[in-house]
Amino acid sequence: MTTKLKSADIVIVGLGWTGGILAKELADTNLSIIVLERGAPRDTNPDFMYPTVHDELRYAQRHELMLNVSRETLTFRNTASETALPMRQLGSFLPGEGVGGAGVHWNGVTWRWLPWDHEPLKHTLDRYGRGAIPPDMNLQDWGVSYDELEPYYDKFEYLCGSSGKAGNLGGKKIVGGNVFEGPRQREYPNPPMIQTQAGALFEKAASSLGYHPFPQPSSNASQPYVNPDGVAFGACHYCGYCERFGCEANAKASPHFTVIPLAAKKSNVEIRTNARVLKVNLDAARKRAESVTYIDAGGREFEQPGSLVILAAYALGNVHLMLWSGIGRPYDPVTGEGVVGRNYAYQIGSGATVFFDESTWMNPFMGAGALGTVIDDFNTGSFDHGKEGFIGGGGITTPTATGRPIGFRPVPPGTPAWGTEWKRAVRRHYNHTLAINNQGSVMAYRHNYLDLDPTYHDRYGRPLLRMTFDYHANEQKQANYLADICVKIGQAMGADRVVRRASPQRYSIVPYQSTHNTGGAVLGTDPRTSALNRFSQCWDVPNVFVAGACAFPQNAGKNPTGPVGALAFWTADAVKRYLKSPGPLVPV
Amino acid sequence: MADNEGVRRRDVLKSIGLTGAAAGLAATSVASVAKEPESEPTMQSHAHAPARNESAAETFRFFTEREAAVVVALVDTLIPRDDVGPGGVEVGVPTFIDREMASGYGRGARMYLDGPFGEGTPQQGYQLPLPPAELYRVGIADLNAWCAKTRGGKTFDQLSAADRTAALKMVEAGQAEFAQVPARAFFNILLQNSMEGYFADPVHGGNRNKAVWKMIGFPGAIGMYADDIEKYRNKKYDVEPKSIQDLS
Repeated sequence: MTTKLKSADIVIVGLGWTGGILAKELADTNLSIIVLERGAPRDTNPDFMYPTVHDELRYAQRHELMLNVSRETLTFRNTASETALPMRQLGSFLPGEGVGGAGVHWNGVTWRWLPWDHEPLKHTLDRYGRGAIPPDMNLQDWGVSYDELEPYYDKFEYLCGSSGKAGNLGGKKIVGGNVFEGPRQREYPNPPMIQTQAGALFEKAASSLGYHPFPQPSSNASQPYVNPDGVAFGACHYCGYCERFGCEANAKASPHFTVIPLAAKKSNVEIRTNARVLKVNLDAARKRAESVTYIDAGGREFEQPGSLVILAAYALGNVHLMLWSGIGRPYDPVTGEGVVGRNYAYQIGSGATVFFDESTWMNPFMGAGALGTVIDDFNTGSFDHGKEGFIGGGGITTPTATGRPIGFRPVPPGTPAWGTEWKRAVRRHYNHTLAINNQGSVMAYRHNYLDLDPTYHDRYGRPLLRMTFDYHANEQKQANYLADICVKIGQAMGADRVVRRASPQRYSIVPYQSTHNTGGAVLGTDPRTSALNRFSQCWDVPNVFVAGACAFPQNAGKNPTGPVGALAFWTADAVKRYLKSPGPLVPV
Repeated sequence: MADNEGVRRRDVLKSIGLTGAAAGLAATSVASVAKEPESEPTMQSHAHAPARNESAAETFRFFTEREAAVVVALVDTLIPRDDVGPGGVEVGVPTFIDREMASGYGRGARMYLDGPFGEGTPQQGYQLPLPPAELYRVGIADLNAWCAKTRGGKTFDQLSAADRTAALKMVEAGQAEFAQVPARAFFNILLQNSMEGYFADPVHGGNRNKAVWKMIGFPGAIGMYADDIEKYRNKKYDVEPKSIQDLS
């Protein structure tokens, strides 16, 4: 029994950063907009209030703000020769659920990806030639350059009140900022955050080695701020409850108190929460989306027709909806043909843990999600990685995000996991240890992809998404090379002991790594290798636009939310052009 | 039957250096935490403190009395009371685990538990058809059966402290032959939950009196450091930790 509803001009699926930005930007068209969010409504008050929000067990361990995998999850295997099995509990990554999506529980690290990250193929061919590219690597450009996205990056940073220091103002390099970044039109809206002891040690050591340390760009406001829309931010308390938590101070930028209320107050915008979209319904020729099917909290099924559908779910959710709805041709790793599910990527981690004597106090609990000191000297576009035998690179950071002790208990290798010796080591090292992390890029490969699982289903009867993913030698070389750099920096700090964290051998879905899943429905200029044209529009179904990190053709050595936000603004402009004259924005 | 078990349990607790005081803490801390979060516990787990609640396990919500005795012995082995800091039992970790097992978490409310079930690779993660509470139930039965078989008919809680440590090391290494579930799966969840209870906010039943936060110097739920972060750079921040309840 499906209830058919009155048609809307625009239907948006998902209400995180991308859905929120698109709803707010498109609200000005005065067209009727319906936003469908699978989770519950949430607001700072009462949902993220102090002190109850400072509960590590409830939010960080039990994942209260995140996807409930009893309802929908995915299956995973490292290679196609294995049988994929369900992700039965959250681990490696933490998609959001509810108003604001993962934008509520992120850390707030707000990068502009390097110009190289938007055009890796072009830069690689220019510098190293085609022979440098491994045969199974699907290296490809966005079809949108950094320079084209710059105004949209700027818009997102000012929306978020990002705190940082420019390193390249209109081509002029500025020491103290990131000298490797692309040129920006103006400074960050807020000055950098206050540095910690760990950050100061990192800065000094990295400088002594000739590197270029700078404060990590952070959407944890370093001072009270009012954004261009008139939304007020509080100043960050450095409470250390950022990632996996909502922010009680509205200091961490989040869609739930910025773009979403602005969209919601418009009479032409209607937000429906607990409305889980199961499918996009196409016409018989699969050339046009006609409606979406969703169920409400009570399990009732509705069909919501719309002239235009925007998929703004989490990266993996968008790909799942496209595959299940038949939008675009599914990718086949055997033939290499098809595009939906192609170029799924993740990131690779390595680094060093640095143990100090008991007279060096880190106070790790005085932190903020995005508080950290970084070098980009070994990131993708910054150095001659070809000479080292790999494509890519990573950002090297000493973060001071949190000292919450269920999750943060560094002990030297060889320490038992329990008993008196374990306890002694926890007490000894808790306040005297720092981490130097490489966030490494991962390129796309022919055999890393997403499709529908043949065996397992979600609570709504749909096949689960199936993820096939493993690390390749190119990335492992990179991670090990950067681990050595991390060790070098640690040693320059004059620590007691520096422990190297090498590249992982296999990708595992078990330990948390990052919620930085990318690809599966990527932007591009060739319908044979991309699901979307460079305006985030489906090549095959032009009244469907897709927003989010699923559009990134490969993953970078930087957090994805900056380009996710920039691309949402870019997509909003494209949709506005489409609305004037519906049809493909790029001729096929 | 009940009397015999009660006697046996007391003997066990004595044999592992835990008299009724420590065991009683585990069982009564639900009420204690709720009623007297500010006060020092009336029992400091002195080895010879008088017993406050002999039938301690009756107040557990999920575990049976026999299971509770095993959980207490396990936690006491993982996080013993020593000169470094508080023991897991005295700060209420068994109570924490019991409450968690009685909650949605224990029942797998946020887990995908549809079949078919395959063993998978380590990279594919947990693949048993059991939510945490059932894993404990089956795992404790397996542990006791393995102990009985290899250690002269004794269940885990009946072993000496040294034997418990040796047995748990074999469980951790996956060398203990469990009849129904992999020993390591049971060990992993036990260790995870024990650490959670030890370090979490006392509102959840463990970390009584914030004793564990005091041990490591974690200020707890305070989270107001904008004025302190520069002032205390590379300096000890010596404050009384605050729990959620303290700040409410």
